[in-house]
Amino acid sequence: MTKILVLFILIPLAGFLVSLAVPARKEGLMSQVAFGTVGLTLFGFQLFALYWLVQGSPTLNLKELVIYRTDGYEFLIDFYFDKVTATYLFVGSILTFLVTIYSRYYLHREGGYKRFFNTILFFYLGYNLVIFSGNFETLFIGWEILGISSFLLIAFYRDRYLPVKNAVKVFSIYRVGDVGILLAMWMSHHLFGENIAFLKLNNYELVHEHLQAHSWVGVFISLMLLIAAAAKSAQLPFSTWLPRAMEGPTPSSAIFYGSLSVHMGVFLLLRTFPFWEHQLSIRMVIGLLGLITSLVATGIARVQSSVKSQVAYSSIAQIGLIFVEIAAGWHYLALIHFAGNAFLRTYQLLVSPSVVVYRIREQFYHFVPRHHTVEDSLPKRMEYSIYMLSLKEWNLDSFMYHYLWNPVKWLGKKLGVLNTTKVLVFFIPVYACGLYLLVNTQLLPLGAHRYLPVIFSVIGVMMVLKSFTERIHARMSWILVVLNHFWVALAVNFNEQFEVTHTLLYLSGVSVFGLVGYLALHRLKYLEGSIDMDRFHGHSYKHPKIALVFLLSCLGVSGFPITPTFLGEDLIFSHIHEDQIALAFLTSLSFIVDGLAIIRIYARVFLGPHSRSVYEMAYRSS
Amino acid sequence: MIQSDSDVFNEQTILHKLRHYLPAQAPLKDFIHHNTLHAFQALPFDKAIFSASAILGYKVSLTLAEYRHQYAKGRIRDEVLNQIIIKKKGEAQLPEWKQKLLHGVYHRPMPRIGTLRANWKKLHQVDLDSLVHPLLFRILCSYLDQGIAIWNFPVWHKGFLASIRELERTSLTSFFRSSRAKELLLKGHCRIEQLLRILVGFDRTLYAHYLFDQQFAHQGWSGMVAVVEEHPETLLDKRKISLHDLIVFELLLEIDALDFYFGPYWLPLEQGLHEKPEPLFADVSVTELDEVTMLWQEAFEWSYYNPVLAGIQVAVQDKPAREKSFQAVFCIDDRECSLRRYLEQTDGRCETFGTPGFFGVEFYFQPDHGKFYDKLCPAPVTPKYLIKEVGIRRKHSRDTHFTQRTHSLLGGWLISQTLGFWSAFKLFLNIIRPSISPATATSFQHMHEHSRLTIECRNPEYKEKGLQLGFTIEEMAERVEAVLRSIGMVNDFAPLVYVVGHGASSVNNPHYAAYDCGACSGRAGSVNARVFSFMANHAGVRALLERRGITIPHHTRFVGGLHDTTRDEIAFFDEDSLQADHNLLHKQNKRVFLHALDLNAKERSRRFYSVDTTSSLTKIHNAIKLRSVSLFEPRPELNHATNALCIIGRRQLTRHLFLDRRAFLNSFDYRVDPDGKYLFNIVKAAAPVCGGINLEYFFSRTDNQKLGAGTKLPHNVMGLFGVANGIDGDLRPGLPSQMIEIHEPVRLLMVIEHYPEVVLHTIQRSAETYEWFVNQWIHLVVVHPDTRELFVFQNGNFVLYKPQAPPIPRTTDVTKIIEQSHDDLPVYELISSEQP
Repeated sequence: MTKILVLFILIPLAGFLVSLAVPARKEGLMSQVAFGTVGLTLFGFQLFALYWLVQGSPTLNLKELVIYRTDGYEFLIDFYFDKVTATYLFVGSILTFLVTIYSRYYLHREGGYKRFFNTILFFYLGYNLVIFSGNFETLFIGWEILGISSFLLIAFYRDRYLPVKNAVKVFSIYRVGDVGILLAMWMSHHLFGENIAFLKLNNYELVHEHLQAHSWVGVFISLMLLIAAAAKSAQLPFSTWLPRAMEGPTPSSAIFYGSLSVHMGVFLLLRTFPFWEHQLSIRMVIGLLGLITSLVATGIARVQSSVKSQVAYSSIAQIGLIFVEIAAGWHYLALIHFAGNAFLRTYQLLVSPSVVVYRIREQFYHFVPRHHTVEDSLPKRMEYSIYMLSLKEWNLDSFMYHYLWNPVKWLGKKLGVLNTTKVLVFFIPVYACGLYLLVNTQLLPLGAHRYLPVIFSVIGVMMVLKSFTERIHARMSWILVVLNHFWVALAVNFNEQFEVTHTLLYLSGVSVFGLVGYLALHRLKYLEGSIDMDRFHGHSYKHPKIALVFLLSCLGVSGFPITPTFLGEDLIFSHIHEDQIALAFLTSLSFIVDGLAIIRIYARVFLGPHSRSVYEMAYRSS
Repeated sequence: MIQSDSDVFNEQTILHKLRHYLPAQAPLKDFIHHNTLHAFQALPFDKAIFSASAILGYKVSLTLAEYRHQYAKGRIRDEVLNQIIIKKKGEAQLPEWKQKLLHGVYHRPMPRIGTLRANWKKLHQVDLDSLVHPLLFRILCSYLDQGIAIWNFPVWHKGFLASIRELERTSLTSFFRSSRAKELLLKGHCRIEQLLRILVGFDRTLYAHYLFDQQFAHQGWSGMVAVVEEHPETLLDKRKISLHDLIVFELLLEIDALDFYFGPYWLPLEQGLHEKPEPLFADVSVTELDEVTMLWQEAFEWSYYNPVLAGIQVAVQDKPAREKSFQAVFCIDDRECSLRRYLEQTDGRCETFGTPGFFGVEFYFQPDHGKFYDKLCPAPVTPKYLIKEVGIRRKHSRDTHFTQRTHSLLGGWLISQTLGFWSAFKLFLNIIRPSISPATATSFQHMHEHSRLTIECRNPEYKEKGLQLGFTIEEMAERVEAVLRSIGMVNDFAPLVYVVGHGASSVNNPHYAAYDCGACSGRAGSVNARVFSFMANHAGVRALLERRGITIPHHTRFVGGLHDTTRDEIAFFDEDSLQADHNLLHKQNKRVFLHALDLNAKERSRRFYSVDTTSSLTKIHNAIKLRSVSLFEPRPELNHATNALCIIGRRQLTRHLFLDRRAFLNSFDYRVDPDGKYLFNIVKAAAPVCGGINLEYFFSRTDNQKLGAGTKLPHNVMGLFGVANGIDGDLRPGLPSQMIEIHEPVRLLMVIEHYPEVVLHTIQRSAETYEWFVNQWIHLVVVHPDTRELFVFQNGNFVLYKPQAPPIPRTTDVTKIIEQSHDDLPVYELISSEQP
């Protein structure tokens, strides 16, 4: 019975791969592939669910696909199925199925018809991976797929400014969530001494035993998970990304940001519940966060004057309540609430264009000059203040800028002017020096071992910070992000002796894709002259093929699971000791900023209004 | 109009000028087509569009590549192209210009708009738009909101700026990030000029340019504010706002953003400005690219017009007069063009007419229990009459999905866990089996068919809100006479005369008003049709008409109706009042209508990829009806797409032609109106209405991003009055791409059947109307009634014109032709099968 679980990954994967091969002009074929893929999983799920229920709904675990194994380390794909998976699959497959049929007509003749369905299927694959995942590694693969497909769908209208800007913004927030997962993975690896399967978390004695000795580790992991969940589910302080994600065609906004994507944080909490179940403080933090979010978001929802943002904030408020329900341990209620909220918001978004007809008609026949609202009973000063704060979304957006992005940018700018030559002139000798020291460790003074990893790691972080804030040279920015991985590898290599193959595994993907990406940029620079990063160029308008090649390079370099680098990343983390918080923090910071810098290069060079076709493009504000 | 900016900054002048150039589209519920470039209408067409392009950055024509593609395809005909080049450039220049047209490489310089304000980014590296726009748009939208927000803008009576001042004064928090701007607002030191001095500096010559740059960075919002300022009644929940207030607030936000970004000390924009930008409205010189484009455009247009004109010249014999089965008067709308053809084809004895769909009766309409009035006549007219619907109790089914309860915390909690599951089921149903719902806009809902209307005025002294309740008999007779004479229906009345308005049905469509009758201000034409029929049936009216020389026989009855152009359905009103013998005839005629509607649905279906045009009539018609209620169908119908012609004359001109639903048909008989008295009124209405529709489609097609609304798929409804992309975007006036994608941007060709000298005299009577023709926004051709010669209007004169076109293909049956093509079809001559 457990073997069948693989099918729910393989079918979407096959569907996605087939959809890539469909010619762009064949709308019918394209939608049939999507329809078939999602329909098959939906149908398969119904049969399976029936069988599963008859069997007494057991919790299933399939620990099978070992991707990589070495001494003391194995990376395995692990699948898991329980009532949470069942509910998520139920809601996800129904909604995706309905929306594929819907979009088949809705997107007729739209430029990017194929791209749309490719991305939907890719998303669906990621979604299934997450909900079927049996360990953090598997979950993280799906998590990454969700992130990148969200980016692509928000930037679906890539020739306009706002979708691209907002796609980058949402991606950045997701990236923050990714740090949470990465650090949680790292710490739990040390806690349990293995890549823990979710199934084992249900084992109270096991968890309890490990946590007792390291209670702060438990708190740390739980908080990291909470950050990941809050970012993905648009809870405070991350909430503002959700309404801004509504830039793609309405059906994609409806299933992604109305329902499925935004409930992934809820899923993460439900899945890891056994882990933090007995940490009362964590449960209180989660409950409190949910409660405050739901109150603030309701206030913001009340003042929204556009349909989609109103739905978005109402949904955030409900998810806040779901957080409370989970923290309280009412899981069945949380699952029902999730399903109902997902269906309701999807439908509300899909019919949102009808709101004009409906409300104008209602107003025409039932107009009452002004409703008395609850807030009118407040003293004026309070009423106006809360209204204005809600309208400004409680300054959450500028909060994120102020405390998250501005320090990063400030640091990057301090690094001054660099160019490709300077970077290489610095890199080659210093790196050679580092390698030399690595080989001849006996030359090192005592105690230097402790600091060198951090030093190299800091260099790596500085490189990506510079890359992230670079305003001119796209190619240099690219080289910096690629080199960052080399610094990380060097840093961790000082940590303990481990096989060269690990490092090679890690750097192989980065090097190949780094080179391909560099060549793509080089080619573009040759063809177009300017690819400076001070504005959006929109070169995908004229050079879609180069754009695609570069996008794949970006995925490769950022450690997306299409290269061995992905495994390497996890491996690298497993070599960071549990007491090396600084190194873990620096490494994850460099991964995060690395990802941001990469997506920034892609967005600036290839997306946005095509700078050479002013007359063909929309205004920036539209 | 095009002049250099005056040295002295004058606030009123510049505000006036801004209002003139900003988009003039009303809120969604009042969507009415108009010339998108109305601000440039005082110029000749070519000069106007290229000025608009150079100044405001619009794309005003197809690209050279597109024209060349049309040429390669044969759509632009070689001989027409040659003829036009020769006419404009002379025979000797033909090879050179042809070379330029076919192979020239050109580049359009950057537009002038935005160049001054761009220096914030260029010289000072500050992105003002992204610091100011999101907050500004959100505040504006919340202030204007018509019923989306649950908690409305707390202060609104005093006007926009005063309301914000009140909020700022009382609140503990602020929209501003630093103190200076707030103080300027609270202390009232915020005249536009004062604020510009802070931002731009002392050089007053830059002010106008700066304001244009600023407002055109979000022309959608600014345009909406300007429209609401001028027509506050267009919002049901009224708001006081002005462009002045918007500009002051935006300038304050800009000062605030710069204070926030640079700290309190920064230099105004004029500092560091190396050279002054070119004055925005300085004369735009014609470039070679413009000339090449215009030659292509004309060739594109005349390649289509020529066969139409040749077809009109084909002499058809007048049919021997037989007894008429019925007559039907439709709107001039291009969507009725094919329905009329099918009626005539189904019943050879019927006769059809076209006149603007408000049928000459202008009034406000108050539906039963309605809290407001709907204006049912062309937008520029201000009626003095009110007609009420009485005797019906309307029931509107409700849908909790649209209610505000779903957005409250506890309500949402309850609803999502209960109704939420119902939503999934509803969605499923709507995808599998779409059906009418509370979200649907249907034309038949506009007026209840069994209601009574207060049409006849009993007491002219009594006024309701300054409006007379109904029309007096004298007023009715006047209007009936005017319509009948203008369409030439003055004798030989059939026993039944149908007066058929039109409307449309759609769901999930914020632009629903654009699909309804433009002559009824974006509403369905049912009330007007019914009102006109009542008047024409009125014994008192007929008596008066008789005295004025129009005798409507006793046995002739007028019946009002409504054609739903999306669903191809028809409803008739007051059928109960028909006598037995009329009822019998009516039943026969109804069958004719239903069959014609089936055929019409089939012809329309050829444009829809999801419908198989070759299947049975019933199947096709059902598929067509389904489109109007399907949530996922962004093209319930194609509205006015492909419109290109407006023909004013007898039906004989076009009855034998297949015009592919591209013509506005206005009936007119030159014999009834020898000196052009009625013609004047027809042209006065047809030029702005048909020309407006045509040009809105034209420019939404050429520049769907800046003059159109872009694709509608990501649209988000803002405050119930507009659409935007996402939540932080500018409003998007104009037509979405789904409405215009199959439209060919050709100007309207108006054909009038009358003597050239009469037409010339007629169009010159009103300067406003004359402008349309003399500036070539509409092409005008006159058909000489006696000789059938054609005269084209050029530089103020009518010049003899011989259309160059290959012979018009003939066909006995268009069915096969329709079934085979999705694309625009050429003109066919329809011949009856008996003819050789």
